[in-house]
Amino acid sequence: MKKSRNIRWAALAATAAVSTAALTGCGGTGGTGGSADPAELEGQTITYWASNQGSSISMDEEVLGESIDRFTEATGVEVELEVIPWPDLYNRILAAVSSGEGPDVLNIGNTWAVSLQSSGAFIPWEGDALEAIGGQERFVETSWATGGAEGQAPTSVPLYGLAYSLYYNTAMFEEAGIEEPPATWDEFIETAKQLTKDTDGDGEIDQWGFTLAGQRVSNNAHQAFVRGMQNGGELYTEDGQPDFTNDGVVAGVTQWLDLMDENGVVDPSNAEFTDGSQLPPELIDGRAAMMFDQAAGKTFAAAEFEDFGVAPIPMNSADATGKEGTQSHVAGINVSVFANSDAKDAAIAFVGHLTSDEEQKTLNAAYTSLPVVTSAMDDPAFDTPEMAAKKVTYAEHSQPMPLFPSEGQMETLVGEAIAGLFADIAQGEEVNEEDVRAALEDAQAQMPAS
Amino acid sequence: MTTHATAPTSATEVITTGRRGRGPTPATGRRRRRTLFPYALIAPAGVMELLIHIIPMLLGVWIAFLSLTQLSIANWVAAPFVGLQNFITSLDPAGPIGSQFYGALLRTIFYTVVVVGIAWSLGIFAAVLLNSKFRGNGVLRTLFLVPYALPGFVTTIAWAFIFNQRDGMLNRLLVDDLGLLTERPFWLLGGNSLIVVIVVTVWQFWPFAFLMLLAALQSIPDEVYEAASLDGASLWKQFTGITLPMIRHANVVLLLMLSLWVFNQFDVPYLLFGPASPEEATLISPLIYQQSFNNWNFGVGGALSVLLLVVLLIASAFYIRLVMPKGQTIDD
Repeated sequence: MKKSRNIRWAALAATAAVSTAALTGCGGTGGTGGSADPAELEGQTITYWASNQGSSISMDEEVLGESIDRFTEATGVEVELEVIPWPDLYNRILAAVSSGEGPDVLNIGNTWAVSLQSSGAFIPWEGDALEAIGGQERFVETSWATGGAEGQAPTSVPLYGLAYSLYYNTAMFEEAGIEEPPATWDEFIETAKQLTKDTDGDGEIDQWGFTLAGQRVSNNAHQAFVRGMQNGGELYTEDGQPDFTNDGVVAGVTQWLDLMDENGVVDPSNAEFTDGSQLPPELIDGRAAMMFDQAAGKTFAAAEFEDFGVAPIPMNSADATGKEGTQSHVAGINVSVFANSDAKDAAIAFVGHLTSDEEQKTLNAAYTSLPVVTSAMDDPAFDTPEMAAKKVTYAEHSQPMPLFPSEGQMETLVGEAIAGLFADIAQGEEVNEEDVRAALEDAQAQMPAS
Repeated sequence: MTTHATAPTSATEVITTGRRGRGPTPATGRRRRRTLFPYALIAPAGVMELLIHIIPMLLGVWIAFLSLTQLSIANWVAAPFVGLQNFITSLDPAGPIGSQFYGALLRTIFYTVVVVGIAWSLGIFAAVLLNSKFRGNGVLRTLFLVPYALPGFVTTIAWAFIFNQRDGMLNRLLVDDLGLLTERPFWLLGGNSLIVVIVVTVWQFWPFAFLMLLAALQSIPDEVYEAASLDGASLWKQFTGITLPMIRHANVVLLLMLSLWVFNQFDVPYLLFGPASPEEATLISPLIYQQSFNNWNFGVGGALSVLLLVVLLIASAFYIRLVMPKGQTIDD
């Protein structure tokens, strides 16, 4: 190839090839499988994508591996397990949905349930499939409600129940002479300020009242929801239209940001934190005194850290109820079966196994999460202070995240907007309510039309 | 075979024979086989190119005309056709997506020019330095290639640790050890984040420039430099008068490839910042990813991909036409 013209064409072809970010895939859906005779399942193999629930991937492999062994022994079905870290799970699911090539069974964050339901990629839990897992009545009502949009057969089944709690370092509280965890938001700020100090006298603060992950998008969105509700605002109108800029939501988000900005009780370096797993070490190492988390107990246990207490998330007023009394969204993990699965009956049987009374006790005790079936709720394993606090929040002070198909986009856009504001604050900018409103307005403008 | 055809004595005879419809002679058969043989050899590569690049590229273009969200992703063939709407949304400077697109485009151009400029400069400097024989030459060559040999994933994560605001090595050096700064700056947030992406990208790409340029330099005969030296040409004169002109074709290809790779850069910002880059460091490819996979707006993501393709095609066409005037050959 001597001539320059050929080189030009080759270069242009290379340009085209290199520059295109192509999105490919093929789709397809199938019907719901039914309950099957266990003998018919023997010899089948299914794949299972589990979310990372333990303090490490290896912990998940150990806990779930034992559960899978029990299932294989009972049914003869082999299960190929893959534990997927949270940052990757959402994209892996999307890729599986778009290509039609996914696992047979997979875990999803329950706030994604309605968004993923609208893709049509998962079997609806009704008829024989629902019967195979023992029917809807077995499940805690709040948990079951997260499985899909209202009025439609859910496409995911609850697996682990979670709720946000306030975790605090009891040794630091004791040292500061604080006897009780704060119950109201004002008390919380005061307590956090009391715990924010320079302990070694070098003129720099080295102990902070509170820690958060400023770049963790989902957590920011959850706090926008909770703090918005406490201030009388909701992220969607009743007919499913995004409404991020109402006064309640703006006030709630401002409260969350002010922890770093106006109140100064959060280390600005937290604005770089991208992962919730970065928070427990802050309490363990004495760099921060309080944090919000859904199930930090297992991480503290793995680190043999015992100086921690658990309390409900502070509210604007201690006796708030209803919307204003929201302390957490109904958090948790659901499990779905791919409609494209070649082994639907085995997959449904496996979901039945994971949600059975015994497995619910074992798995949730290991993950310090709540069982989602009523019969397991009273097990002594869930009477620890951490679990008891979570149970009250879950039953009395939790509201499901908005059950609309665009919830997934909402979490991303609102969470990113808040992450950007945390970055501004960390770099010394002052952020007021108008800045918050403008950032949320920008996020709302990017939402897909309903 | 018991019968033999008489071989034609000239090309004219072959054509004449063919016209009479008496079938191909062994010579024409051989010639046809010889003609088809190269195509057979490149056919597997052609099929793979079709499957890996061309078809996905065409699908990407098609997606740009669809309203493709999570509602239709499982059966995207049936996604609603929206014509040019995704392009209008992407190009509207007053809209949130359009304003991000123009910002990211300008930023990406700046980033590409800076990264390619620095990577090339470092590459040519190192190549000229190591093209001469001296003790330790081999060790330095190996050392310079280390960034290229290490997995980009690992090195970028390491860079993220280095640039961490609270515990990162850079701030420890600047603030604690050297005392050059009193406050710990944020490197992975705000305006500094673009500097970080530039530094890490240069680190990854300059060894490739070095490798290509060193290979090109080694094709220049020593006698040329000796003659120039005898004529009294300074080192700078030798560099501008001999070195650069004689590696011109290597440079043409190298700069084009580097520019395309850098312009399309995705891995480095994704590994440094996660799925959402800071606004000040959002480049075009991460923006496409954000629209497609964070916001589930695959149609707009597709439209942005097509716009990126068009920008690069135009830029490449201009570059090739300007740098390689029509009629010039690669080895002249």
